[in-house]
Amino acid sequence: MSVVPAGTLYRGKVGMWSWVLHRVSGVAIFFFLLVHVLDTALVRVSPEAYDIVIQSYKTPIIGLAELGLVGAILFHGLNGVRIILVDFWSKGTRYQNAMFWIVLVLAVGITAYFTPGHLERILEF
Amino acid sequence: MSEVKEIAEIPYFTVTLSIRRFDPEKSEEASWEEFKVEMHSTDRVLDALHKIKWEQDGSLTFRRSCAHGVCGSDAVRINGRNRLACKTLIKDLDINSTITVEPIKGLPVEKDLVVDMNPFYQAYKDINPFLVANDKPEKERLQSPEDRARFDDTTKCILCAACTTSCPVFWTDGQYFGPAAIVNAHRFIFDSRDDQADLRLDILNDREGVWRCRTTFNCTEACPRGIEVTKAIAEVKQAILRGKP
Repeated sequence: MSVVPAGTLYRGKVGMWSWVLHRVSGVAIFFFLLVHVLDTALVRVSPEAYDIVIQSYKTPIIGLAELGLVGAILFHGLNGVRIILVDFWSKGTRYQNAMFWIVLVLAVGITAYFTPGHLERILEF
Repeated sequence: MSEVKEIAEIPYFTVTLSIRRFDPEKSEEASWEEFKVEMHSTDRVLDALHKIKWEQDGSLTFRRSCAHGVCGSDAVRINGRNRLACKTLIKDLDINSTITVEPIKGLPVEKDLVVDMNPFYQAYKDINPFLVANDKPEKERLQSPEDRARFDDTTKCILCAACTTSCPVFWTDGQYFGPAAIVNAHRFIFDSRDDQADLRLDILNDREGVWRCRTTFNCTEACPRGIEVTKAIAEVKQAILRGKP
């Protein structure tokens, strides 16, 4: 007899994991927006302080996080379109699986398209 | 004679089942217990549960009634997914590794695989799951085949709760009506003979109604009757926005 403390994770398919990714990317984007609104509002308080804060973002780590931001926004936005189609297009529920993979390919593809140019800018820091 | 024997012989194999046990009289914690059983390729998970109960441990508790996928009593979580134990052939699972059997999620566990279904039934009752017609029936209410086809899919529900307890929203928010209640509301909302669609749409146009649905498709995937549950929910959402079925 073996004792494991918890029950197993529900083995949902693409639909469930797309929802998890949508939620995670949404929360991540929210925190970016929060910081973004605060640092932009700083320009009204003190332009010098604003310059210092923006300058402090020019590090490789923030640079890589920006790539993640592009990926998260692309996924969240495109998957949002998928969810609208699931809700309002009569055939949406039948094609949700295929639509998810299209969303993922587009999000990864477009992020990859931006990556080389962005990495060059990071290397200039 | 030997030929007859060959036909009669069904391949058998030994499988290990890991069952989530819970007995509130013994411990407040649930735990896993493993059983080894010899099964035939024609056997279902329910047969394995029977074999364990009858031959190894009589205290194993689970619900079953018809045992043929109609009564909806034996919805359990097999290898992490909601299934009817009586409709899942063991040979279709990976018999080389342990098969896990757990109670369905989101409803209070009473003992072993038995859960309290009352919250589930309450949500079902709340959507008025019966035909309400305003006119007096002088003769049978006729319906065109097209009108009947409109809600055909949602008439198949057996109230097993496999869909509702596969829903991540229901796990964390027990107030959510859940897929099964919405499916059964759909069955009457889109019935041309019914006159209470407005009320049912109003009930589901609630914080805990259809708008809780996050289209994870776990319900559609879990339904043992093959009902396109997420599609039915989407149709109810659209009906609410239109203001009529």
